[in-house]
Amino acid sequence: MTQLRTIQEINEKIAKGQAVVMTAEEVLSLVAEHGVEETARRVDVVTTGTFGPMCSSGAFFNVGHTTPRMRMSKVTLNGVSAYAGLAAVDVYLGATEIPETDPANSNYPGEFNYGGAHVIEDLVAGKSVLLEAESYGTDCYPRLRYKKEITLAEMNEAYLFNPRNAYQNYNVAVNLSDRTIYTYMGILKPRLGNANYCSAGQLSPLLNDPYYRTIGIGTKIFLGGGIGYVAWQGTQHNPQAPRSANGVPRAGAGTLALIGDLKQMQTRYVRGVSLLGYGVSLQVGVGVPIPIVDEAALRYAAVRDEDIVAQVVDYSEAYPQGLGGSLAEVTYAELKSGVIVVQGKEVPTAPLSSYPRAREIAETLKQWIVKGEFTLTEPVAALPTVKAE
Amino acid sequence: MKQKLVLRFPAAVVEQPFIYILAKEYNVVANILKANINPRKEGSMVVELTAAPEEFATALQFLQSRGVEVSPLEQQIIWVEERCTQCGACTVICPSNALWMQRPEMTVAFCSEKCVVCERCLKACPARAVEALYLAGE
Ligand code: SF4
Ligand code: SF4
Repeated sequence: MTQLRTIQEINEKIAKGQAVVMTAEEVLSLVAEHGVEETARRVDVVTTGTFGPMCSSGAFFNVGHTTPRMRMSKVTLNGVSAYAGLAAVDVYLGATEIPETDPANSNYPGEFNYGGAHVIEDLVAGKSVLLEAESYGTDCYPRLRYKKEITLAEMNEAYLFNPRNAYQNYNVAVNLSDRTIYTYMGILKPRLGNANYCSAGQLSPLLNDPYYRTIGIGTKIFLGGGIGYVAWQGTQHNPQAPRSANGVPRAGAGTLALIGDLKQMQTRYVRGVSLLGYGVSLQVGVGVPIPIVDEAALRYAAVRDEDIVAQVVDYSEAYPQGLGGSLAEVTYAELKSGVIVVQGKEVPTAPLSSYPRAREIAETLKQWIVKGEFTLTEPVAALPTVKAE
Repeated sequence: MKQKLVLRFPAAVVEQPFIYILAKEYNVVANILKANINPRKEGSMVVELTAAPEEFATALQFLQSRGVEVSPLEQQIIWVEERCTQCGACTVICPSNALWMQRPEMTVAFCSEKCVVCERCLKACPARAVEALYLAGE
């Protein structure tokens, strides 16, 4: 594959305000009109975006030292426990953590009105949260108890560090049983009452770079409204998943571990959510730029909803029991039409992942690049991948 | 039977333990949905009362005899657009298509005329972008 341009050349164009940038949605009409070859010559960068509940998220905080000093071995923020088994005054708050007082599903279906994700949202909103800490004492850290209202600005460091985000494709969840079920894929009505999916499809980062040719460790991205980076492959990253002829995985495959400064983020793109009967999650906005270094990069980035398929999975039995099996394979174009057909029945669909906000993120990232505020990075190391067919 | 009502208390009776009396004397379970009670001032309360039909009627007579104004509740569903993240989860839960998805834009919209106030969206909305507003009817 002949190279069209290097990332360095793209950055020089960005600096001069000459880079041609399009979102993964906008580029589709250009490809339809002029073909892949011509479009690849014209376009330097394609931007992607996604905004959906990403449970595997959380934040590290350094809450600052007290006088006298304290180790802090048990810490809660607004009543939500943060992991403090780290150095003094460092904690990690997981998005799905709920207060010990939450009745959870003992009051089925539990409401899960507040948890770690909401604490993160409150902090990003500039609100103060109640920090409560306990510790055993040491000679160097004598203090045993501490309580204080604290804001994000008062913390030394605060960064989102999400072990598994931006899933490359995902299941479409349905319910074959006779009762309503409450899942991380939302409320599923009995007897195929609805089908919930969760991907931005043609705008989604890893679906636009299916073999991780340009997205790698160290890639600079849009995260939660600020700047973040790909830290590592995400947990459960599985490049071996079955793929279509266009290279796009037909089920959940790659994932990303993401990191970024919480102090730059906005609540529009970092939102705590309550999934009835399931728990708390964090809606995270992620945008990844794809440098069009060659024709293949553009061909992959020009993937359309009708070219991406997902598996319809029963969440009443097959998923919880780990039985596997797909009831049907559907395209994102079908999912976005509002109705899919499963076992001969028309089933209404709902996205969970917000397509308008994914579009907004891709557009924002595009504007950053056009204005010269955001340059592209060469990955430091590649993510585990498979050979393109 | 079960009914949602708005109770208005004149200042003179506001400090009487009505909820306690309802439970003790009339076997009425009162679930308080909203209350605005201030000492020595007129107060109001939105309650859901559950009781056997005869007890229900006598309980209402009791309240009215004490000067409490009882009116049926009108609820209105409010969609807080700024909080809505356009996730679409409510659109397959809403039975009347009041919350619906505009395609192909994939944006969610709310049409209050279609809403039947079933309240299913209140807890189904992960972002808690839908709220119920209680109004006293005539
Ligand atoms: S209250 Fe019921 S009808 Fe009204 S918007 Fe909510 S789900 Fe739809
Ligand atoms: S479920 Fe809530 S956040 Fe999602 S589209 Fe409906 S109103 Fe908006």
